[in-house]
Amino acid sequence: MNARPVIELRGIVTRFGASVVHDGLDLSVQRGEVVALVGGSGSGKTTLLRHIIGLTRPAAGEVSVFGAPLFSGSVREQRTRRRRFGVLFQHGALFSAMNVAENIGFPLRELRLATEAEIANLVALKLAMVELAPSTALLMPAELSGGMVKRVALARALALEPELLLLDEPTAGLDPDRSMAFVELVLSLQRQLGLTVVLVTHDVDTLAALATKIAILSDRRIVSCVSLEETMELDHPFVESFFRKPFGLRAGVRSGGAR
Amino acid sequence: MRSPEIATDPATPPGARSVVRLQGDWTLRALANRLRSFREQLAGRRDDVAWSLNGISRLDSFGAALMWHAWGKRWPESIEIPDDLRAVIGRVAASAESPLPGVPRFNVVDAVIVLGSMLLSFRDHALDFTRLLGQLCLDLAYLLRHPAEWPLREISANVYKAGFKAMPVAALVGFLIGVVMSYLSALQLRAFGADIFIVNILGLGIIRELGPVLVSVLVAGRSGSAMTAQLGVMRVTEEIDALSAMGISRTIRLVLPKVIALTLAMPLLVLWTSSVALLGGMLSAWLQLDLGMAFFIERLPQVVPLANVVIGFAKGAVFGLMIALVACHFGLRVSPNTESLSANTTASVVSSITVVILIDAVFAIATRSIGVPR
Ligand SMILES: Nc1ncnc2c1ncn2[C@@H]1O[C@H](COP(=O)(O)OP(=O)(O)OP(=O)(O)O)[C@@H](O)[C@H]1O
Ligand SMILES: [Mg+2]
Repeated sequence: MNARPVIELRGIVTRFGASVVHDGLDLSVQRGEVVALVGGSGSGKTTLLRHIIGLTRPAAGEVSVFGAPLFSGSVREQRTRRRRFGVLFQHGALFSAMNVAENIGFPLRELRLATEAEIANLVALKLAMVELAPSTALLMPAELSGGMVKRVALARALALEPELLLLDEPTAGLDPDRSMAFVELVLSLQRQLGLTVVLVTHDVDTLAALATKIAILSDRRIVSCVSLEETMELDHPFVESFFRKPFGLRAGVRSGGAR
Repeated sequence: MRSPEIATDPATPPGARSVVRLQGDWTLRALANRLRSFREQLAGRRDDVAWSLNGISRLDSFGAALMWHAWGKRWPESIEIPDDLRAVIGRVAASAESPLPGVPRFNVVDAVIVLGSMLLSFRDHALDFTRLLGQLCLDLAYLLRHPAEWPLREISANVYKAGFKAMPVAALVGFLIGVVMSYLSALQLRAFGADIFIVNILGLGIIRELGPVLVSVLVAGRSGSAMTAQLGVMRVTEEIDALSAMGISRTIRLVLPKVIALTLAMPLLVLWTSSVALLGGMLSAWLQLDLGMAFFIERLPQVVPLANVVIGFAKGAVFGLMIALVACHFGLRVSPNTESLSANTTASVVSSITVVILIDAVFAIATRSIGVPR
């Protein structure tokens, strides 16, 4: 069972009306890998994550998670499978009627396994993990800043001790320090628990620090899924603009400023 | 995944501590099935035995919290544990030290505060409502001076949504009510041989009273709730803020069209519903009392003075105005969370129906000597 990839996508086709977003897309993610999914805006990254979570179903192709098709088995098995992954949505998706502590404790409470004392303890722990002060626990989502929303959402995604973490633009809206801290956090969790992580990001720093592999979504399929070094060698227009140009630009600005 | 185990080695020299070995994966998913028995086996013997955690292959924070709480939030006296696991439990322990701020308990002072804030919120509502009315008057004055800025498209869209689209359901309800009223009255009237008075009863009852109130209840449930929810969601998604940021008046753009549209559409809807209800009553009277339709139609204007139609019309306009105002008032009060959205939508429908019935009573008193043949 361990030999089978944690996520396996085969021949995914997605259409919205007449527009085709994915066309015969394949991707597999092994246990313990951190895969960064990159691609232009609107190339279908979020849509792909939604397929993996099972919120939408592709028009064709198969999504397997933890070695079994996503929608196979009894309702109970499907539910158990879902509890094995934590998801951070692009816009947080916090429950607006609950405060921060209730949001984080919600999945645990729904499981009906932990006692209230344990839940309070675990919520405090997750809050500390994402570097939020305990006093934020009583705030409502509407009272949080954009970056805080992200961190609370991450804490909630971690509540059920997931084996697979799906992150949609986790560091967008965080300041550089916080996004580095976030990267450290994910890395330490990953080392500790052997987490598998799939993240969508536009941030080259996050990606360089975190990803063991980079999957490039372009022209409606995954054009490559290899390590950063190998990706940099690739001859592809997207690699050119995404990885090389920004560095070039920054360097240019810097030398321009120096003169 | 290795399943978690608790193994107990008997004490080697009798009298010494026996060794409890924890083994396998101590993770949320692995523990889920046998949680209760584990909790029991861990609890209450922290210092009585020697613990060995060397056999644990994976430990997540749930497992760590389980142990820590079972141990009564202290390290056992005798424990063998690898450093990385000690760190995991240590983090849980540290966060147990600095607990979250609790939600304060409810006490007598809070009860007084709740009572006071209820009164204040009533005052708030009144002030907000007055402010909204005032703003609408200012907007109207502004629009009269700048006729090019009338939000005509929004008004017509709202007339279509709240008026035209409500016609089928209003007709259905009106027709059935007409049939039922006619049927019930016919039974009574026949007992007295006063068959032809059914025209008076239906005519007065439906045109003056039932039509407007019936339509108001329908429209409050149908369009009033929709208006509140729409404005509320726009608050939640910051669309209203975006409008303000563009320098577009939210009252002219969002509230005024709804208010004007409903004030225009309601009287027409009342007319439509009353007509269909009368048709239902007429059919029923024909079948029950053998009262010819032509006779019914001929007699109706004789026994129901025109003033009643005017009253019905006026009621329709006033009710429509009030429903739209109340709906918009509550919609703009929604704070950005789902709970407040649902509370305000409920409050909007309940208040607008209550307001309609109150105003109806005022109408009844004010017009008690108009249009009632004696
Ligand atoms: N529910 C939907 N109905 C119709 N089209 C949709 C829907 N969801 C997404 N799309 C389209 O699918 C394409 C991919 O959208 P998606 O949200 O996956 O992009 P993305 O790669 O996540 O972009 P970004 O980096 O901007 O978040 C877009 O062109 C979008 O317009
Ligand atoms: Mg996206």
